[in-house]
Amino acid sequence: MPRYLRLLGIQLRTSLLLAMQYRLEFFLDGVMSVFWTASALVPLLVLFGARTSVAGWTWPEALLVVAAFTTLKGVLDGAIQPSLGNVVEHVRKGTLDFLLLKPVDAQFMVSTSRFEPWRGSDMWLGLLLFAWGFHAMGRTPTLGGVAAAGALLVAAVAILYSISILVISLAFFVVKVDNLIYLFISVYDAARWPASIFRGALAFVFTFVVPLAVMTTFPARALLGRLSTLEWAGAMVGAAVFSWLARRVWVRSIGHYTSAGG
Amino acid sequence: MTAALTALPRRSFVRTGGIVAALARIAFAAAIAYRSQFIVWILATNTPLVMLALWSSVAREAPFGHFGERAFVAYFLLTLIVRLLTGTWVVWEMNLEIKDGTLSQRLLRPVHPFLVYAVDNLAGIPLRVLVSLPVAVVVVATVARAELTSDPLMWLAAPFAVLGAWLISFSAMLAIGSLGLFWESSIALWDLWFSFYFVFSGYLFPLELFPRWLLRWVAVSPFPYTLSFPVETMLGMTSRADVLSGLAKQYAYGVGFLVLALWLWRRGLVRYAAYGG
Repeated sequence: MPRYLRLLGIQLRTSLLLAMQYRLEFFLDGVMSVFWTASALVPLLVLFGARTSVAGWTWPEALLVVAAFTTLKGVLDGAIQPSLGNVVEHVRKGTLDFLLLKPVDAQFMVSTSRFEPWRGSDMWLGLLLFAWGFHAMGRTPTLGGVAAAGALLVAAVAILYSISILVISLAFFVVKVDNLIYLFISVYDAARWPASIFRGALAFVFTFVVPLAVMTTFPARALLGRLSTLEWAGAMVGAAVFSWLARRVWVRSIGHYTSAGG
Repeated sequence: MTAALTALPRRSFVRTGGIVAALARIAFAAAIAYRSQFIVWILATNTPLVMLALWSSVAREAPFGHFGERAFVAYFLLTLIVRLLTGTWVVWEMNLEIKDGTLSQRLLRPVHPFLVYAVDNLAGIPLRVLVSLPVAVVVVATVARAELTSDPLMWLAAPFAVLGAWLISFSAMLAIGSLGLFWESSIALWDLWFSFYFVFSGYLFPLELFPRWLLRWVAVSPFPYTLSFPVETMLGMTSRADVLSGLAKQYAYGVGFLVLALWLWRRGLVRYAAYGG
């Protein structure tokens, strides 16, 4: 375990050094993050400009969902997507061989190979949005609520990571999967809305197939003290099962690896 | 002598026509070959459907502005169709080719690369129409009578409005892509354009829902003409006069961006060093 921690430290340092070279990128990505977060808020502003509540959510409450969405987006863009995007390239070129030869777990190596701290700036914006939401409500969250929401956000990161692992596991079977990651990100976009707005088939998909509701709406509800213990536990167990499943699929898929091109 | 001079442009015109036809055949074959990628792109263009679910469920409680539930359904299904027909990604292609130097191969060909990019893009139209058809069928079957315009002039203008929307997006992409010859982070500018497009083109909600003071500014920008203008034309949300003046503005923007792109491209090529921009 300490060996893996040290390795993580080294990987982080190389990523940071690499990132320091692109200071202009840092600036641009920061500006773009602000732009995207602002543009994500526009439909909400339009909606709540005419309504005081939508599907049981008021403006500051919906803001908490956007906050969870933005925070997770930061993790996705800054930590998950850059390294896992590399795997697809490694598989296609066959350079994954070099990683597999190393005497450490391959999944750990590929998952920590690249961090883009600048792209993670959404994380801080997300935290700001949490603060804004509670400021607009004129109250502070309870300590229990914060703890429950924090745990849910960690679970959400696990889910995001697991979905990404499942997607890139496909790279061992089909060649072109980089746009599948893009597809997943486009689906994730729907998570900025409180899940109860969606009805019918979409509500089912967003809870059980791609658990968007669990990722962003649950933490917001936990902060508001509106999440039952059962729902909380269900989400945590679900995330654990999902992570286990992703690990199994990864191990099976890597058995299929035959160097270069699949 | 004079005969030879007049024959020359015509012959080169015919030759270009032949080249374009050949390119289109190749591009169509490529579009068929890489259909899985295309399908993924279509699945990723799901924002209009998510917005449809969202706004129509909001309108179920009570109409939102002028929009009832069915109006939102019609609006977002048409948005999806226009987006499917006009979407392009040439800026990414250009960026990649400039960075890894494969642009050099394009430069060796005796046709302008912009033409090749355009043919590549347009060759996908049969496929795009094919996937748009089911959506169109749904529109016709559910909300057509109540929401779509019955004015023949509007339907005459609609294909031109869709083409104009494509022209603006495509030319703007070419212009930003050409900037890649000067500046390696030019793709950030595309991100910026896209974030404006997201909000001000009517992709997320009908522009009418914006406050009036903001709408005045939005109407001056190119963004509504890339999406909401053709959609609103088909919905009959604009008057005849507005559609005509809208078309004029749309094509002015499209041609303007194209001229800008051509200029940037010519200036940029002088600096191009075949690798790394």
